Formats: sequence, C-alpha cells, structure tokens
Amino acid sequence: MSTLIKEDILVELLATTGTGFEEVRAAGKQAFQVQGFPTNKSEEYKFTAITKKIEQSIQNFAPAAPFTVTAEEVNANIFEGYAGDVLVFANGHFAPALSSTIEGVEVSLLSEKSSIALGSIAKPEKDPFCALNQSSFEGGIFISVPKKAQIQKPILLLNFFKATAGQVIQPRVWIEAGDFAEVTFINHSVNLSDIPYFVNKVVEVKGGVNTQIRYYKLQNEGKNVIEVSNIETDIQKDARFTSVNISLSGEMVRNNLTLNILGSNSEGNMYGLYLLNGKTHVDNHTNVDHTVPHCESNELYKGVLADNSRGVFNGKIFVRQDAQKTNAFQQNSNILLSDDAVVNTKPQLEIWADDVKCSHGCTTGQLDEEALFYLQARGIGKLQAKGLLLYAFTGEVMDYITDQSFREYCIAQVQDRLGSNL
Amino acid sequence: MLSIKNLHASIEGTPILRGINLEVKAGEVHAIMGPNGSGKSTLASVLAGREEYEVTEGEVSFKGINLLDLSPEDRAREGVFLAFQYPVEIPGVSSTNFLRTAVNQVREYRGEEALDAVKFLTLMKEKMRLVEIDQKLLSRSLNEGFSGGEKKRNEIFQMAMLAPTLSILDETDSGLDIDALRIVSNGVNQLKTKDNATIVVTHYQRLLDHIVPDFVHVLYNGQIVKSGTKELALELEEKGYDWIKDEVDSKATV
Ligand SMILES: Nc1ncnc2c1ncn2[C@@H]1O[C@H](COP(=O)(O)OP(=O)(O)OP(=O)(O)O)[C@@H](O)[C@H]1O
Ligand SMILES: [Mg+2]
Repeated sequence: MSTLIKEDILVELLATTGTGFEEVRAAGKQAFQVQGFPTNKSEEYKFTAITKKIEQSIQNFAPAAPFTVTAEEVNANIFEGYAGDVLVFANGHFAPALSSTIEGVEVSLLSEKSSIALGSIAKPEKDPFCALNQSSFEGGIFISVPKKAQIQKPILLLNFFKATAGQVIQPRVWIEAGDFAEVTFINHSVNLSDIPYFVNKVVEVKGGVNTQIRYYKLQNEGKNVIEVSNIETDIQKDARFTSVNISLSGEMVRNNLTLNILGSNSEGNMYGLYLLNGKTHVDNHTNVDHTVPHCESNELYKGVLADNSRGVFNGKIFVRQDAQKTNAFQQNSNILLSDDAVVNTKPQLEIWADDVKCSHGCTTGQLDEEALFYLQARGIGKLQAKGLLLYAFTGEVMDYITDQSFREYCIAQVQDRLGSNL
Repeated sequence: MLSIKNLHASIEGTPILRGINLEVKAGEVHAIMGPNGSGKSTLASVLAGREEYEVTEGEVSFKGINLLDLSPEDRAREGVFLAFQYPVEIPGVSSTNFLRTAVNQVREYRGEEALDAVKFLTLMKEKMRLVEIDQKLLSRSLNEGFSGGEKKRNEIFQMAMLAPTLSILDETDSGLDIDALRIVSNGVNQLKTKDNATIVVTHYQRLLDHIVPDFVHVLYNGQIVKSGTKELALELEEKGYDWIKDEVDSKATV
C-alpha cells in the first residue's frame, strides 16, 4: 500500500509533537517504522482497511489544536442523574478547570516520573497504531488510585474532539490502581465539528493485587470519526477487570482491547455491543492472556448490523502452559438486518495448558420472523416489535454496567436506535 | 362480522386454501375441524396477516373493512385475535412489558388513553384470575420455557387482556389436561358477549362440550366441505373423516 501516507504522517506528526519522553517517543517511532501502516496483507487488519480510510478522509495530518471547551458543553454532555466525577479533555488535552477534583485520586498531566512506564503495558511492537501514538501523542493524563482506595463514584472521562486544520488526535492515558483499589471509569466522547478526524488513543491500565477495575466505553460521535483505540490492562492476583464497550456510530472504528492476567485467582470480563448502520465499520479485537493458574475470563460481544455496515470480531484467548485450571468463555452473536451487511467473526484460542475449561461460539442470524409476527399479531407496530426483539437480543450487555445513570443513558441511546430502523 | 368469500392462498407457490367461504356473525361460535394438513392453521394465519401466505383470490371483510388490506398489527388493533397453535418463545422480552406495549398500542389506535402502570396491573390481576395463570409465569420472558399447557393458557390470558372482537383459537385445547381445558374454556366462555365471535379450530369433541359451537365446519384440502351444527362434531368423533373424504373425492370424480 501507500508509502506516501507513511512519510507524510511521519514528517508532519513526528516533527510537530511532543515535549518530553524523548526515549519513549524514539522507541515508539522505531517500532512504527518497523511495522508501518497496516496493509491489506497485514493479518491483524485484513478485514479493516484503515490505512485506506485514513488516506481518503484525512487531508491534513497535523495534530488538531487544543481548544477551549465551555462549561455548557460539558454540562450538556453529562448523563442525567450522573453523580460521579468528571475529567474533561479537549483533543486529548486535559482541561483541569472544567474537571472535578477527585477525592483520593491523583490526576495530573503525564510527566516523566518513575512510576509511569509508557509502553510497558501497551507495547509498541504489538500494534502499529500503538507505536504511532507512542511516538507522537499529545497531552496525556496520569490517573493514580492509591492502595486500598475504594472510589465509589465513577470517573467520567469526557473527551471533546474538534478537528481544526489538523485532523489527527492522539490522546494518551496512564492509569494505575494500587493493591486493593477499586475504581470505575466511563469513557465518553463528543464530536464538536463536522470535519473528519482520526483519533488514535492508547490507554494503559496497571492494576495491582485485588483490584476491581471497571472501564466502560461508549462510542457515538457520528459519521466523521476514524478511530483506533488501544486499551491494555495488566492485573495481578485476586483482581477483577471488567470492560463494557458500546459502539453506535463512526466511519471506521478499531478497538484493540487486551487484558494480561498476571496473578492467580483473577477474573477478566469483556462485554461489547455494536449497532451499526449506513457504512459504519467497527472492528473489535480482544485479547485475554492467561499466564497463571486459577483464573477466569468471560467474553460476550453482540452485534446488530443494518444497511451496508460491517462488523469484525476477533477474540484471542491465550492460555499459557502454567495457566492450569483456567476457565475461559467467549461468545459473539450477530443479527444481520440487511443482505448487504457483513460480519467477520473469528475466535482464536491458543491453549498450551491441559487442565482448562474453554469454550467459544459465534452465531450470525436474522431477526426471528415468527417472533416478529407474534408481536405484531398482538397489536404491536412492526418497527416497535423489531425494536423489542433487538433489544431483547442486546440488552444483556447493558446489564453489566453498574453505574445507573450511565446504564440508563446507554439503554436510551440503544433503544432510540433500535426503534428507528437502526 | 366476518365474511370470507372464495379465499385462495398459497405458500411458496403451493396453493393451500382453495376457495374458502365462511360467514361469522356477532355472538356466534364456529368450530373448524378437519384432518391434519387440511389448511386450518393456514386459514388462521391468513386472517391474522402472516406475510408468508399469498392471497391469490377472494375477499375477507371484517366489520365491513377489507381485512386483507391491513397490516397484522392493525388487524389486531381492529379486534382480531389469533391464539397460536404453537406460541413462539421470545427470550429477553418480559411478558409484562410485552403485554403493556400491546394493550397500549391497541388503545392508542382506538383513540383511548394509555393505561398507566397501576391501571395496567389492576387489569392484569383481574384477567389473571380469569384464566388462573400464575404470577410467576408472567415474571418470566414471554413463553420462554413454558410447558405446552402454560403457553396455551398464556394465549387465552392475552386474549382476555386485549378483549378482541373476533378470536381465532387454533388448537388451544391440544396438550391441555382436563383441568386446564376446563379453565381455558371457562375463560373463553366468560369473555363471550353478544358482540364478539369465536372461531375454534380443534380436533377434539371434548373441547366442544365446554365451548358449545353454533356451527361446525369441516376443512379438507383447503375447502370447507361440510358444515353443520354441533351434532356434526359428534358424528366426526364417532366416524372419523374418511366418510367425508370419500364423499368429497367421489364428487370430484363425477
Ligand atoms: N412453509 C410451507 N411450505 C410448504 N407447505 C406448507 C408450509 N406451511 C404449511 N404448509 C402445508 O400447508 C398445508 C396446510 O397446513 P396447516 O398447518 O394449515 O394444516 P392444519 O389443518 O392446521 O393441520 P394440523 O391439524 O396438523 O394443525 C400442509 O400440507 C402443510 O404441509
Ligand atoms: Mg394447524
């Protein structure tokens, strides 16, 4: 594929960005140069031609400039009844004046302090976009939940995006949760302009012993978004990590979600829902790495695809030789509402231990016409009947969201979409 | 109330109904009997608006409206109710939520106010008593894991909730034990008024001891080949269908 884009971006991005983290950035740059932008021959991106999409939609590879978000914009985008804290970002840059001071949590700009080891969890050699971000991220934030801190209220990471002349946004987040800490993050993004942009975000989460970390993410920024997100988490023993990812719009979205289970008796949960229409393309690549015995992982991704949309699900589960007594479950289920919608789903289990329980399954089907008729025959309109059935199929994913106001917001968004022909 | 004239319908190009004629007046109970595969459920589905069936000829008028022009949901809102021979299990849809949506959409269509949660629950309790259905069943997903008999009872419960003008019960008695049969029949009888009508599709005379029909029709090969009063059902019970088949087939060869 194009070498042009590679040089353009490197010249523009790498030249303009980044103060500090010279070594880190150099390592990122090198890793990116080795991998390059993925082509249609790249195994990990073969169903998601993101390089082409970036070439088509992004004219100016310069970073989108920071800008000022207003308090009204912030308030208008907080869920009704939300009682948690809020951290506001504008094109990846932290806006402290609009953000809460969170009791018991340290929040600061990324700095080269010793505990922050960018690239040590989300390793740049594993993914070109991860490497690109590491070479040229802008802004960035450090969130630290100290040992034993139980942060009851969720923390909303509210991202505002606005492409100006530059159309590239590369946020970076480092989260650490000390032993026995408990914390819930909600990541929500809002697009404030109608200029297309490419957001390439990396979040690293370092979870200690016995931590409880929840990370919820809602993607619904509309059609102009090309997004690659790398979220990678390490957890130690007796810990639990739960992710819920809901994708409702975007031009092309790629979510790389990785969990490394590094201590025994831990649990990882990954739940996802994608409702796609138009030409939206959403690719979820998940990866659970079981390296130690007596751990469990549960994974459930559900998709409803209309029009010409495309979904990709790739679920890797590694069970290393030492990871005896692992229980790993994975399920991906899809409903296609149109003949032109496509889903590619691939479970990828690699198991080296012999005493494990692993299962995976994927289904792709249509809406149950008999059930639809049954509901209509009771006087329920066709559109609403479809909505009821599709919600019955998808609703379970929302049940995993513990924060009530965010859950209700998601349910309303989803129901709104399901009742409106998608 | 219902007037079916020369109704022909096919599925995937195969004709199933071949000229049905039937008149049902308010206050009447009609029983439709007939051997397996004769087209009884097809007739019920066509009346309810199942799109898989193509009506190739004929007319159906319901309260003076051309029924065939209406969507399934509008037929229901106009007062047609089909108790399915095989009610569908719908995991994830709560029975209560489903019923409330249905009742309120029907009311909205009729220009009536939506029932609020309290009024809806009151109505539900009342109708639950009528068909002696257990609250526990209704707290589950719609028909999910229900036994055959429970599903049938749930159909009659829904019928009670929606108070239709024309009820078509497709083998609601099949799979019911004797107590359930009595309860379901009682329900149907109590819902009967001089303004509504019932069509019961059944294989068994025993149902007709409880729900006494004004007319009995025999459907065979997509046509109503014999009509009579409740005595016809007794005769069928005794003699089976062969004599009717013979009658029809010999006529056909003349
Ligand atoms: N999808 C279909 N494709 C082809 N033939 C069908 C289809 N559905 C039904 N039929 C046929 O239509 C005929 C009538 O079926 P129907 O279910 O109406 O019979 P029925 O009188 O209700 O029988 P039963 O007493 O067994 O319930 C049968 O021969 C059946 O095989
Ligand atoms: Mg039948």
